[in-house]
Order: sequence, then C-alpha cells, then structure tokens
Amino acid sequence: MRDVAIVGVGSTQFGRAQWSLLKMMAEASHDAITDAGIGDRKIDAVYVANMGAVRNNRQAGIASALVDRLNLYPAGADTIENGPASGASAVKNGFLAVASGLYDLVLVCGGERMQEVNNFESTEFVSYLTHRYAEYIYGVTLPSLAGMFARLYMARYGLTPEHLAMVAIKNHANGVLNRKAHLRVPVTMEGLLTGPEAAMNNPWIAEPLRFFDCCPVSDGSSAVLLAPAALAKEFKKPPVLIAGLGQATDTHAVHERPDPTELTAVRLASQKAFAMAALKPADIHVAELHDAFTILEIAESEEAGFFPKGEGHKALERGLTKIGGKLPINPSGGLKARGHPVGNTGVSQIVELALQLRGEAGAYQVPNRPKNGFAVNFGGFGNNVIATVLKRGV
Amino acid sequence: MIDELEAMLRPPALPMAPYPAKSVLLASGEVMVVRQASVDEVEAMLKFIQPLSWLDRDYYNIVSARLFAELLGWKTNRVRDEYCLVGVIDGVLAGIVNGRMFDQQHGISYHTLTLKRGLRVGAHLFASKMEHHIEYLGQDEVWIVAESPIGHRRWMIEYPLDKKFEIQHELGGAPSWVLTRDTYFKAKSRLVTGTRPVSAELLAGSYPLKEPDLSTMLVQIEHTLEARL
Repeated sequence: MRDVAIVGVGSTQFGRAQWSLLKMMAEASHDAITDAGIGDRKIDAVYVANMGAVRNNRQAGIASALVDRLNLYPAGADTIENGPASGASAVKNGFLAVASGLYDLVLVCGGERMQEVNNFESTEFVSYLTHRYAEYIYGVTLPSLAGMFARLYMARYGLTPEHLAMVAIKNHANGVLNRKAHLRVPVTMEGLLTGPEAAMNNPWIAEPLRFFDCCPVSDGSSAVLLAPAALAKEFKKPPVLIAGLGQATDTHAVHERPDPTELTAVRLASQKAFAMAALKPADIHVAELHDAFTILEIAESEEAGFFPKGEGHKALERGLTKIGGKLPINPSGGLKARGHPVGNTGVSQIVELALQLRGEAGAYQVPNRPKNGFAVNFGGFGNNVIATVLKRGV
Repeated sequence: MIDELEAMLRPPALPMAPYPAKSVLLASGEVMVVRQASVDEVEAMLKFIQPLSWLDRDYYNIVSARLFAELLGWKTNRVRDEYCLVGVIDGVLAGIVNGRMFDQQHGISYHTLTLKRGLRVGAHLFASKMEHHIEYLGQDEVWIVAESPIGHRRWMIEYPLDKKFEIQHELGGAPSWVLTRDTYFKAKSRLVTGTRPVSAELLAGSYPLKEPDLSTMLVQIEHTLEARL
C-alpha cells in the first residue's frame, strides 16, 4: 500500500450559500486544485461527500455533475452518502484508491446546501438517520438523542451545564478567529447561563441541551486533493500524510447499546487509526472533533483516548483544549461555530487539520508547529464513525 | 402653526404612556439598552433601514420597506398613535420594533427588524414590544402577523399566540394572531427579560443612534441563522 498525502486543500465560507450546491463545490475544489498547483496533471477520480442533495437540492449524481462543472473528464466519479460521516468516508475512499495504486490524483469534495429548505425540513431530513421503526416514527431527532445522552452523561460523570457552556464559549471564541466560520459571535457564561437574561438568550432545545449547545444549520463545501506521498514534492504546498484511518459501526437504535453513554464506535475507530499511524493519543497536537452538540466534544475526547472516561470536562476546566492548551480541540470553531454542513463536515475537518499542520491556519493557528492531527467524524448518533490521523510530511 | 388642511390630514392622538428603558445582557456579554425612540431619531433610522429594503433574505426587503414607510408616516403625522422601540449596543443600533394603538384596548404590532443577528436581539425586542402594549399602554390584546418563517416561529409558536383570523390586520390583511393579557403573563417569566432602571450613564450612551456597519450587518444577515439541528 502506498503512503498517501494531502497535496491541496480548499474551502468555501460556511453559513448561508448564495450559490447552488454545485457552484459551492466547484469553488472549494478549484481552491484545492489551485492550492496544490497540479499543472498539466489530470485528476483521475472525484469522490463527493453529500447527504441531502437529492432531497434538499433536487440534484442527484453530483459527483458526475462536479466533474462536468470542473471539466475533469474522463475522471471517475462517485458520490458517497454516509450521513454526517459522508465526508470522512469520501476521504477514506479517496485514500484507498490512491494507496492501492488504482489512481494517482484524486479530488475529494464535500458539500451540503441545507438552507435551500426551511429549518423544520432540515431537522427532519437529518432525522432520517435514526432507526425508522424504533426512533423516527416516535419523533426522535438528533437533538433529542443528544439531550438524552447528555442527561445520562451528566448524572454519571458529574458534568454540569457550565461544562457544556464552556465548550460553546471556547469554540465560539475560536470561530471568531476563523474568517470562514458560520458563527463569528463570542459568547459568555453570564450571557448563556448565569446572567439575568440567560433563559431567554439560551432557551432549551432538548433538555439539558440549550440553544448554544447545538450546532447551526450550515451550507458549505471543502475539498482535498490526494496523491501518492512519493509524488508530493511535485506539488506547491508541503504535504500532509494520511497516517491512520479507522472506521467502526454500532447499533442503529441507540437504546440497543449495552451502555448508551459509551460511544464504542468512536473508541474502536480511534484505536484503529492510532494503530495504523503507529501513534498514541498523547502524540496528537491538534484535534477536530465532531461537536454537533457540546456534550459530544467532551465524550469523544474521552473515547478517543485523550482523557480518561468521565474526565474530559476536567480537561476543559483546566483549559487544556483551548488554542495554546496541551491539546487544542476544534481550533477552527468546530461544528459548533465553524458550522456543520452535514455531508461536508468530515472533509472540512481534514482541511482544517491540514492547514494547522502546514502552519497556515492564520489567527487560529495552534502554536509550536503541530506535527500530528486527529479527527473524529461522527455519523448517525455514533453508529458509523471514522477517525483519521494526519502527520506533517517532510 | 398647523394650517387648516394639515390639521385635517393629521390623525387624532390617544394619550400613550412612555416605555421605561431597560437593559438586557446578551449571550455575547454585551449589554443592549431597550428604549423608546423619538420622532427626532426617525431620520437617522431611515438611513440605516433603507439599504436593507433591497436585501432578498429572510424577508428583510419587505420588513425594511414597510418599516421605512411606517416610521416615515409617524414622522410626518400620517399614522395614528404609533411608537417605536430600539435596541442599542454601545450606541449602535441593533434592532427596531414598532406598533401602534388601534384603540385603548387593542394594539397592533407592526414590525421587528434585527440588525445584529445570532444573539436573539429580535426576540428580546419583540418581547419588549408586547411588554409595552400590555403593561405600559395597558391594553387587553395585541394583533400580530408574521411576514417571515422566523417571525412565525418566534411569535406564533414560541409564545404561543392564538389565531384571530377574523381580524383584518393593517399589514395587508394577512391572517392575524393575537396576544392576550393572559397569554402574555403566562409567557412573561420565560420570554420577557430586562433590568430597570438603566443607569443614567448607560442610557446616555444610547444617544445618538450610531449607524451599524453596513457590510458587517449584511455578512451577519447572510450567514447567521437561528435554527439548530
């Protein structure tokens, strides 16, 4: 198997797209291709990550459409739908294609345009992830699952609403520094929880989760260009290696898990990714975790092995996960502030880590030249998870 | 001196109690002063509102155009018993709400325009408007329509309001909903916030109204949404 490098990255502004899904994806892809400086080389294949285009944008076969838009014929084209883990799934498939020797130059692009439909519809379409007969028909939504998960977690491990708010405060502060983030508004503990207007500012969504515990509904697109590491020197930018990939699944219906507070698929996917990269959690210098809800950043940071189970919130209290802390988590603002265009998120996490490892993250650059990065892309409610370890190339 | 013809064109006026200013701590930690605007401030507000009447997002165009006309009508004495409240952060205009008294018992809610998005400024200001009608103007009910889905969620669903479709609301006859005293006081602890009195220094800082940066405002409107998954 060949080593695979990320040789180019690109991303649109997150938030509300003024353009069609395809135009957004073309913009991110064009940025990645330009970033790499591919010259006369042909892109062999395009993998597109998306969850809702057929329903929300009335567009099917978007990988083929993107090839056409970018004039990349006769490149192979596949669209990958794996819920909110579509992004990392597409990166994984691109990685496998290059690693196997099937292709030399692969474009992976994630894109989602959720705001083409109203917010009731976007919540509804994300709820299609749930078990149709055990969850969906009873009105289960992702916020409701996260609310129940948070309640159990708080009861068992002593987390408080303040800990959840600390995740939001940290990630919003990071988002302010990221000019492509969806929400660039700082928030405070007083404004969210302890001040006189907190209940109005930050109302319940799914108790104990409040408004600012939930990610926004975002449009956005990101892209990476993959090539064999051996060819990486032929491109403009310093390479970032995909050193480890792990994927694991879990029960579809959350109540079927022996312990619903265990995110087993996060743990197993992370272990596989670390084993493949021959690294330990302690070797990671920056992480992008799937904080669709604030509780998930804390739980995933434990399952990935960065902190003992039930102690992620203590690391948060000590400031270890801030930019400048021992392990900065979500310096981009994460899903919470950078935004969560669902099918795109996994690709955007890889783009953010690549920028960090290249030292190009600008105002939210993690100090001391990070060498290793780690991402968790969380599908469903933890029933399909992909973990990725990136290494700065030489 | 009002000439005879002008006097005939002007509507009669009911006595209206003033709205006492309050302060609201936003999620960002910023303090927003909510206070009554005077007719003298209309011209400044019109300047800020006008560019948004071309913004085809979240019904900003229709809300801005109608609010522009309503405030102009107030300034030129062509709307009866109108009032306007503003939200001001560090002197900068963050949002505008307005309405009028239909008669002593009934109020009409006109518009809510948020210039600073993502911090529930509009929700705070709409609540202040309802507070004004029920608690200070002493009215029994307020007739309300929503022009945007965000407004429908914030007013009709969040309070929740009752249907009163038999009323012809002034905003084009769209189906009218109603906030009663009973609904208001049930929702008050949840939705109506703010601290009084406002210190003289804080209140003084809310004059004169400073123009929000148009480009920042437009970026916020384009990119900030209030809904969550």
